[in-house]
Amino acid sequence: MSRLLRNLFMGLVVLFMALPLLVVAGVSLNGGQQLRFPPRDPSPRWYAELFTAEDWLNALANSLIIATSSAALALAVAFPLAWFVWRYRTGYGRLLYGLGIAPFTLPPVITALGFLVFWTVAGWHGSILATIVSHAIFFVTLPLVTISLGLAAIDRQVIEVAITMGADEPTVFRTVVLPLVRPYLISGYAFAFVLSLNEYIVAYMVAGFTVETLPIKIFNSLRYGYTPVMAVVAVVFVLLAALIFGLIARFGDLPRLLGAWSKE
Amino acid sequence: MTDRRPRGLPARLPVLWPAAMLLLFFVVPFGIMLAVSFFHQVEGGFYEPGFELANYARFLDPFFGRALLFSLWISVLAAVIVIAVAFPFTYCLTRLRRSAQVPFLVFVLAVLSLSEVIIGFAWSTLLSRTAGLSNLVAWASLIPRAQAWTPSFGALLMGLCYLGFPYTVLILYPPLSRLDPEIPEASRTLGASPLRTFFLVIVPVLRGPLLGALIMVFVFNLGAYLLPQVLGRPQHWTLSVHITDQAVFQSNLPFAAAMAIFLMLFSLAFIGLTMVLGGRQEAAR
Repeated sequence: MSRLLRNLFMGLVVLFMALPLLVVAGVSLNGGQQLRFPPRDPSPRWYAELFTAEDWLNALANSLIIATSSAALALAVAFPLAWFVWRYRTGYGRLLYGLGIAPFTLPPVITALGFLVFWTVAGWHGSILATIVSHAIFFVTLPLVTISLGLAAIDRQVIEVAITMGADEPTVFRTVVLPLVRPYLISGYAFAFVLSLNEYIVAYMVAGFTVETLPIKIFNSLRYGYTPVMAVVAVVFVLLAALIFGLIARFGDLPRLLGAWSKE
Repeated sequence: MTDRRPRGLPARLPVLWPAAMLLLFFVVPFGIMLAVSFFHQVEGGFYEPGFELANYARFLDPFFGRALLFSLWISVLAAVIVIAVAFPFTYCLTRLRRSAQVPFLVFVLAVLSLSEVIIGFAWSTLLSRTAGLSNLVAWASLIPRAQAWTPSFGALLMGLCYLGFPYTVLILYPPLSRLDPEIPEASRTLGASPLRTFFLVIVPVLRGPLLGALIMVFVFNLGAYLLPQVLGRPQHWTLSVHITDQAVFQSNLPFAAAMAIFLMLFSLAFIGLTMVLGGRQEAAR
């Protein structure tokens, strides 16, 4: 009885969460330029539109360039910091760590406005490089947290054994630390990548009028009339996120990454 | 390798690069924003350096007061609703086998990563006249014909709950999955029903994390900036929307900066509160 109740409750919540996505998936299949559900004259033509129409393709390319490079930069900033905080106990290390966590805890519009004034002063406002750097800083929290989790999971005795056997610091890093944290590096990158792909406010404030990303393009289209391509982007993004997080779960320990204890 | 303090410059070298990046691209922008919030706004969308409190004085306007009160009210309301659903949901989730949890977690993460634009679009479609739920209700003859349910307060509240739900599940997941399974078991052995166990044992044991999560979701909701524009009417604009509007469309950066500084201090105060609560929880153990 209680199991039935539990499954019913969880099923209802998942249904509520899936409902808008299902309707959007249906809408994306409309034959004409209208948003109807159930779709009329179902056809996949709007999926082709996303990958052939120049303006949508351009936004897709911008989004992908920004997401791949900003996630890499975020990783490059987060890894040495996470390693340093794990290796040494210093006040400034902890302070910097807190600074790396901050962008994600504050309402995003605050950081976005900070970037806006900064890039205006620096003269880079409207450049794609500014968007990439801003996203890297904005999402540095994600690799920072995942890598720190990975480092914390390393058994200190393994390190001590390596030193006893004569390994110096660089060798320990290369042969022990790096292989053990590699899955966490990858998931940190993946988290930053997916969130950068979906990010709106920072990209908009930094270069919204010159570098149009997919979320910006969707919002602009919302104002001037709906088209099923917007639904197509939503479907593609949901599937992409599910695929990436599914891969992380397949090759890593997702519950532990999200804060459960390690498996006994 | 066992020493816990860095010695000499080479040992500190790895931290210099992240330190430089965070200082230059995070601390400096905040410094400039703080400075701009005291600048003087001149006609035509420009501003000149200065030091005046005029931008902060505008907080006394009824315009700002209304926006602030509305932001607080809808953020609190959405946070309470979301916690009321997400807490039992996450509890049920963490009682499943670990392998059974994974598909749920992937789904929650996929929804969490969705752009606010996409969520706004999805809900405006779901509540629209042509593709929405109201068709279903009309088809069942509960209302005479399909109608648009957006923009409205209810639509915005629904959207905010949808946006906050996956975030809340992920905040509650660590404390709930670390909860000792012997606690509910003991309660069951002593004859309490699952519902009684949940409300009289689980909720009190986890009231610290629960309150912390409530505050975090509240701050998260304060950050919503697109849903009020897509699902709400202009009177439903929150502080975040007004900050964007002042910065981009009214070209009044000093006032936008002042509001952003206010929102930041406000959020920091609440986040600090969760840390104090969390610290007390740790100390009590």
